Amino acid sequence: MEHAVETTLTVNGIEVTRRIEPRRNLVDFLREELGLTGSHVGCEHGVCGACTVRVDGEIVRGCLMLAVQANGCKVETIEGLSDSGELARLQKAFHDRNALQCGFCTPAMLMAARDLQLKNPKASREEIRTHLSGNYCRCTGYQAIVDAIEDVLHG
Amino acid sequence: MKAPSFAYAKPRSLEEAFDLLERPGAKILAGGQSLVPSLNMRLSSPELLVDITGISSLAGIQVGRTFRIGALVTHAQIERSAEIRKQVPLLAEAAAHIAHPAIRNRGTLGGSLALADPAAEYPACALALNATLVLLGRKGERRVPAGSFFKGLFETDLRTGELLAAVEFPRVERSAFLELARRQGDYAIIGLAGVADGSGRRIAFLGAGATPVLAKGASAASSLEQALKALGNDIDPPADLYHSSATKLHLAKVLLSRAWNTLSKPH
Repeated sequence: MEHAVETTLTVNGIEVTRRIEPRRNLVDFLREELGLTGSHVGCEHGVCGACTVRVDGEIVRGCLMLAVQANGCKVETIEGLSDSGELARLQKAFHDRNALQCGFCTPAMLMAARDLQLKNPKASREEIRTHLSGNYCRCTGYQAIVDAIEDVLHG
Repeated sequence: MKAPSFAYAKPRSLEEAFDLLERPGAKILAGGQSLVPSLNMRLSSPELLVDITGISSLAGIQVGRTFRIGALVTHAQIERSAEIRKQVPLLAEAAAHIAHPAIRNRGTLGGSLALADPAAEYPACALALNATLVLLGRKGERRVPAGSFFKGLFETDLRTGELLAAVEFPRVERSAFLELARRQGDYAIIGLAGVADGSGRRIAFLGAGATPVLAKGASAASSLEQALKALGNDIDPPADLYHSSATKLHLAKVLLSRAWNTLSKPH
């Protein structure tokens, strides 16, 4: 722990203080130090979107933010948003529309979809696709995912 | 992959930042949306990251005779700013093309310009708008026009120990930003950033060389036909993995044709 920096952040409402190596990115910190494995690690260079988490109310790539940069920040993960019921309607729509196959991309899809719902609640189908363009689904499930989000936004 | 080991410091003042930047292997970290992937892929191995996001004088948008946008202003802030959309719409249009919402929430104007990726959106916008880059160092301030800032591939006029503090953009309401990419948010195959005002047109291309390129001949042309002919002398785009130089030149002409009317309306 040669360069470790004491870092305090709030994760899903709970304040956490740890000494963190600067090289540790936020999603690895959440998964490995805090056991919050709902945020996934895919490409590790910002392309796939599987690591999407919310920092101070805005979605970010968990693999492109160092955990030490989250000092003083409010971090929310799929676990927090799921437990609070914030995602309930989206989760039900994903279930109803069979909008997942393997499920690897699903937590981040829900995070991105919720972000759109908050920012642009009347988004068109095209805008839904644009907003989700940074989240890859390798089971080719986009059609059903967009259907599910459309159900929630327009339903 | 995982990033190599490095130290981290977050200065609260410019003075403190300049001290830290003198240390061996120090590198500036702002939004990190290009630096962190390069660390994760081990393409970069700094000894110390100096996180400048705590320096408040580098943030914010000031509206005066020109638009002064702090280096730490994010793509999302540029995209959402009603003032920018109205008075320098080129920037707001360009911001929407940069990667994806989660990346635009962290990536910064200063980071994009200081990195000087020739396929990035802001360098071409800065060139088209003839923006002034404000560079700060221990010895004071240097003001560099965009045309002299971009020196080569990922190479700028920034000197060791200096940082990009802000960028001043003139108000130019008539503009066009267009790019072609295989998927929304991908790096552009080729892109166009053009503005027009009383003094004429300035059309720059991204993905068309080692730096953003100002298409001088096409900008000065009096008809689209002339402009398309001139563009072949203005740019010589390098081939990439999927597109030959000829294809990229053809696509540049397509974009120029699409932008021409917007940039040629009577004043």
